[in-house]
Amino acid sequence: MSDDRLKAAVAAGVLGAEEAYRRLLQATVDTARGIFAARASSVFLYDEETDELVFEAVSGEGAEELLGQRIPSSTGIAGWVLVTRQPLVLEDVTEDPRWGGREISELTGYVPKGLMAVPLLHAEDPVGVLNVLDRPQRERFSLEEMELLGLFANQAAIALDLLRKSRRARAVLEESGTDVETLARLAGRLDELEGKEREAGIALLRALESLLKR
Amino acid sequence: MSNAEPASERQLPAWSLPAGSVESLELPTEWPGRVTREWAWGGSTGKGVRVCILDSGVDAGHPLVGQIEGAVAVEVGEDDDVTVVEDAEGDLAGHGTACAGIVRSIARDCGIFSVRVLGAGFTGSGTALLGGLHWAVEQGFQVINMSLSTTKSQFAGMLHEVADAAYFRRTVLVASAHNMPVESYPWRFSSVISVGSHEEPDPLAFFYNPSPPVEFFARGVDVEVAWLGGGTARSTGNSFATPHMSAICALILGKHPELTPFQLKNTLYLTASNVQGTDE
Repeated sequence: MSDDRLKAAVAAGVLGAEEAYRRLLQATVDTARGIFAARASSVFLYDEETDELVFEAVSGEGAEELLGQRIPSSTGIAGWVLVTRQPLVLEDVTEDPRWGGREISELTGYVPKGLMAVPLLHAEDPVGVLNVLDRPQRERFSLEEMELLGLFANQAAIALDLLRKSRRARAVLEESGTDVETLARLAGRLDELEGKEREAGIALLRALESLLKR
Repeated sequence: MSNAEPASERQLPAWSLPAGSVESLELPTEWPGRVTREWAWGGSTGKGVRVCILDSGVDAGHPLVGQIEGAVAVEVGEDDDVTVVEDAEGDLAGHGTACAGIVRSIARDCGIFSVRVLGAGFTGSGTALLGGLHWAVEQGFQVINMSLSTTKSQFAGMLHEVADAAYFRRTVLVASAHNMPVESYPWRFSSVISVGSHEEPDPLAFFYNPSPPVEFFARGVDVEVAWLGGGTARSTGNSFATPHMSAICALILGKHPELTPFQLKNTLYLTASNVQGTDE
């Protein structure tokens, strides 16, 4: 397969995949929030280029304001969890929980009283942090719940890693020129079609191919 | 016993033991027939022991922490050069203050010193951890509390060397184990005391684990801790179990300052909740 055809084939997967991975990540934070009956759940992605943490998915309180917001990578509880690779749980915080830097609470006006934060690990690299905020107060937290949180973290880490890879692949495609990108977009559109529309699309492309051969 | 000079200041390292010189091996600790908690730390408040909190910084003057001996921050330059400066910012996350409060609640008269290795960005975090640990070992703290680890294998060899150097210089490294199946350091090294969590509410309950690499389990669930701004929080995680073990080490070393890390670990084993008999 020639280089360009290979790129086009890869691109067809890449362009559609990013949105799917984002939905998977969103489903993970929605589920984490639901399972723990929490007020909010979110995922930070570690951005290597800027050395920052970025809100990549948010469920519940602060969802609109927080998406895309950035905080330093080694301050606040999220930074601590990223750097130490240690999960932690805090409840009944009487003062400043500083879960994602003080500025985050100011942005949303929502100051949680408790949170669970767990590192998202891929091989030897942390790729982000999963937060679950303000689960209902029960008598005691248990190590079993910590394990449950770890299971969610594994799933979120995979979704986040796929999203990261998909973005890198797209960046490579964009660097390699608009021709391949156009082809990739076309392939992506075709992939979304069903039934007769799809058949018509394929027939049209075949006709175009034979036309270009002359 | 407790006033004895540390052996390291009296003796040169012994590379071999010639015939007839067994008597020259001074063992400043007289072990009782049975090591009990009363022998190990009865009456001790940790006085005279310096505990280093290698973490996010410490809010000095927090009611649950009190005064601390000092605080430094590890800064990482663009060429990965490390400098240690006076820390003017305090705690950047809250975790270091929580650890200091736990240590203080058990070993009320020990000295607490903060070495902040957080804040240099994630990129510089491995270098800061290594640089901070190196600096802390050089200062001769008896106990270094580390709720941090790194998964970067490039740091493993250097961390191993520092951990071994600490072990032979009578500095005990107490490090949080991972509760996720990942390779990280330095808690996996046998020269450190590695700590996981149990769910018992007793701060002095700790268990020896016969299936390492995690060697001890200490209180790490629903722990009332000091938090930022003079506040408190209830916390869970191995990183809160670790300062419980650090504090117990401080109690033991407060009463028996001559113990080497090897002897200290033995004492911990013999006084663990699942090993010791009833106190007499």
